[in-house]
Parts: sequence; structure tokens; C-alpha cells
Amino acid sequence: MSVLAIINTQNGSATKSGLEAASYAAGLAAQLGTDAVGIVAGPLSSADAIGATGITRTLHHEGAVQDSGQWAKLAAAAAGAAGATHVVCGHDHFGRAVAPRVAIRMNSGLVAGVTHLPEGGTVRKNVFSGKAMADVAVTTDKAVYTVTPNAFGVSTDGSTTAVEAFSADLGAARETVTGFESASGDGQVPLPEAELVVSAGRGLKGPENWGIVEELATALGATTACSRPVSDIGWRPHHEHVGQTGITIRPNLYIAAGISGAIQHLAGVNQSKTIVVINTDPEAPFFKAADYGIVGDAFEVLPKLTAALHALDS
Amino acid sequence: MKLLVCISQAPDTTSRIAFTNDDREFDSNGVQYIVNPYDEWYALVRAIELKEQQGGTVTTITVGGTQCDPTIRKALAIGADDAVRIDSEPTDAMQVARLIAGYANGKGFDVILCGKETIDHNGAVVPAMLAELLDCGFVANATHMEVNGSEASVKREAAGGEENVNVMLPMVLSAAKGMAEQRIPNMRGIMSARTKPLAVEAATAESGSRIERFALPPEKGACKIIDAENAAELIRLLREEAKVI
Repeated sequence: MSVLAIINTQNGSATKSGLEAASYAAGLAAQLGTDAVGIVAGPLSSADAIGATGITRTLHHEGAVQDSGQWAKLAAAAAGAAGATHVVCGHDHFGRAVAPRVAIRMNSGLVAGVTHLPEGGTVRKNVFSGKAMADVAVTTDKAVYTVTPNAFGVSTDGSTTAVEAFSADLGAARETVTGFESASGDGQVPLPEAELVVSAGRGLKGPENWGIVEELATALGATTACSRPVSDIGWRPHHEHVGQTGITIRPNLYIAAGISGAIQHLAGVNQSKTIVVINTDPEAPFFKAADYGIVGDAFEVLPKLTAALHALDS
Repeated sequence: MKLLVCISQAPDTTSRIAFTNDDREFDSNGVQYIVNPYDEWYALVRAIELKEQQGGTVTTITVGGTQCDPTIRKALAIGADDAVRIDSEPTDAMQVARLIAGYANGKGFDVILCGKETIDHNGAVVPAMLAELLDCGFVANATHMEVNGSEASVKREAAGGEENVNVMLPMVLSAAKGMAEQRIPNMRGIMSARTKPLAVEAATAESGSRIERFALPPEKGACKIIDAENAAELIRLLREEAKVI
């Protein structure tokens, strides 16, 4: 018996989402009184971060795997070899493609986007775009969980992990990755993983005014985002759009400037731990969902916040 | 090209979220249902565009009872050719995926398009389950797709940008923003939707999980307003009180 974590890597290191899955698996294994095992594919320059999450054994498939069907075969084979009763994966773009396939292969119930460890036979996840939670019971012998990004955190109090070579018959690939287009190129953390986000809307009046948003984001080490109208009219790229029909995020801090807070926008950001709203209109609905608010002009307030951060650093 | 689009209905975004039966069921009293936006705006419209460019048929499939029929008629009004409803009240995504795969298996669909997730359960798992059940390639959160003969070139959301992926047909994809633009049905579409075929099929499948109970998040405390002249105070509060920076 064990808990298997599917750990995705990028450039030889586990992704943040992969480490969150590993941490969850270690927590679940401790709860069940068993071991947490990891499965990794492709170049792995160091397994230290994986060991630190509490994964004691890491199965390593030397060749990189791009195809989601092949990944599912690899993970299901690893689960079989490790005698895993539970499989954990991140609920990012990778986990959405791989974990449901694993669940079908293992004939296991899947709970997608869990936020907490199981308790009393159920596991908690968010539903209705963060407006409610559901406690879900898996009705099969084995279970697959995907972990909501930035909900569970990455543990660092484990020790080392034993890396063992692992291979399985993966069959033929049907998906081939042919290229990657970087969204920003300026070293920002990708939005779904970002802990700090600075977002702006139509209140900024034009794409030429985004400098003050980017300056605050840089001072904070935050990622920039925007509202739907702003991406629809082309002021900012689509991938920055957070909200109901864009990306759902869950950062520790979400600063929204010049965004009124339509319910569709809130659906994408209401799981943020702390929300700051800056708006000239004191009646803007976003203030009702905010922890901190400033009634004022973003053109004046944002540079002041940036200056205050710089003052702290000096 | 034979295209299948998975259509789900979901409560309108502005719906009041409440529960009944000892918090075991969603309270649908007074709730307006819409076509799940990702299914409608992105998956369905892209399928119709592909048909317009290359010829073929667009079939929609929905798992649910008769209460789904208005949603299905809307998809037909936007431009799907015909629709299938699997008459079942599923308890989880695995059951939905098995019911859809049971219908699609052996029917020769080239591409099966889904929205990236539904806005009620936010699971995002039916598409990849379908791909596994039908033993074909899959792309999650696709933002662009072109079909060239027996292969599709797809862009998908990835950490820090977009990846280009080539996938052999048949394939399943889940569509995200960028894939297509919303289309409003015109009067001709609405009229013709009334007479387009809607086949109802009975089927059963195993589920893998069930919701035991729902809960609402704790109420948010009042928003603390900081004077615009004293913006630096916000930075102090974020550091010392909220402890997020």
C-alpha cells in the first residue's frame, strides 16, 4: 500500500504544481500510515525538492513523456508497481490531461481540484467557481485526487528521496509538442501559479497606461492580469484575462485597479486569500468582496504603492 | 468531418448559490440555466467554424433529463445540425464520460470538442476521461485548432505561455478562451432549431464518486478602507496584518 504522486517537471525540476501534489501525497500517506512514492519522467537534475515534500521513493522514467495517454500508462504502471491505493496529481494543465486518464485506467473515482486532505471519508473541493464547497466521497476501492493550485502549499520538512529507474510499455504517442511560445518573456511567474497578482481593468483608460501596473507588479514580484473587457479590446493579451471565461486564480494577494468587480470577474478571483480593490467609484461592487479598499484614482494610487515598496527596500 | 460537441447546462453566473435537503442538493429554485459558457462560446462555435470551412456535421451530446432541452435547442440555434441527449441523471464526471463514450464509440467522430470545464462543478475531467475511454489523443485548455487531413495542430495553455501540439485524429480537446468568439443565434437559427433532430437515448454507466454535502464559504469580513492619500498604509497592512507580502 502507498500513495503515488504524479510529479510533472520542467527543465529538469519539479513544477510548483508537481511539488504541491507531492506534498499532498505525503500528507495523505502520513494519515494512512503508509509511504508516499513519486513518479517522474524525463531529465531530473535534482530530487532534493521532491524529497523535502516527504516523498520517500521516486520512480524515474528516463525518457521525457509528452503524450497524455502515455503519461497515464506510465502513472498507472507506477501505481501498480508501488501498490498505490491513492494517486495524486496537480490540477494544472498537466493534471487535467493526465489524471482523468489515470482514473479511467485504474477504474478509480476521481475528485478534481481538492483543497484539503480527506476527513471522515470525504474530501473537500470548491464548486460553483468558488462560491461553495463540496465534500465528495469516492465510491471505488482506489482514488485519484487532483490538487487545486496554491491551496495546499509545498512542504519542505521531509528529507531525501531514493530515486529508482522505472520503465513501462507506453505504446505509441499521438500528441507531439512542436513548440512553445512564452507569454511574457519577462520572467513573471505564470498566472495560475502566482502568489501575488496585480490586475487592472478599463479604469486604466488605455494600453499605454499599463506602465504603472507593471511597475507595481515588478516592485512586488507579482504577475500582471487583467479583466475581460481589457483583453477583448486587445489592450492586453488573452492569457492575462482572469474571470469566469478566462483563468481562475487563487493567489495570496490580488490587487485590482480600475475593475468594477462584475460577478463574472469575481468568479475567477474570489478564492484569492487577500483582495485589494482600488477604484474611483465607492459604489463599485468589487469593494464588497475586498479585504482592503482604496477609493481613489489608480493613476495616483498605484505609483504611491510602488514608491512605498521601494521605500521599504531602501 | 464528423464533429461531436459535449454540451452541459450550468446555473447562470449570477445565480444565488444555495442548497436543500440537508445541504445535499443544489437548490435550483428560481435558478436560470444557461449553456455552459466554455461549451458554447469556444467548443461549439469552433466546431461550427470547422464545418463551415471544411464541410461535415456538428452533433451535440448532453447527459441529463428533459430540463436540458432548452439548452440543447440553443446549441442547435447557434448552428449544430442535430443533438443527442442521454437520458440519465449522473452523479459524477466519470459517469458522464462513460455515457458519452458509450454513445460515441464506433461512430467515427473525427474531433470531440468540450469546454475546458463546467462553471458549476469546475472539475475539468470529462474531456480527458473521454479520450482515455475512446483511446485517442487529447489536448486540454486548447486556445486554437486547425485540422489538416488526419492531424490537428493545436495551441494550448501551458505554464508561462502556449504550447503548439500536433495530434493525430480522432482526438478530444477541451476548449479555452481564444478558440472562437461567442455567436448570438439569429431568428432563422432559432426557428430552424425547433425542428432539428434531438435523439433521446437511455443508457447507464458506473460512477466513481458522489457529493455527500455542500457548504458555503464563511462570510467575508467588511472591507477595510484606506485613505488614498495614505497609500503606504496599505503596504504596511499587507505586510503586518494580512502577512501576504
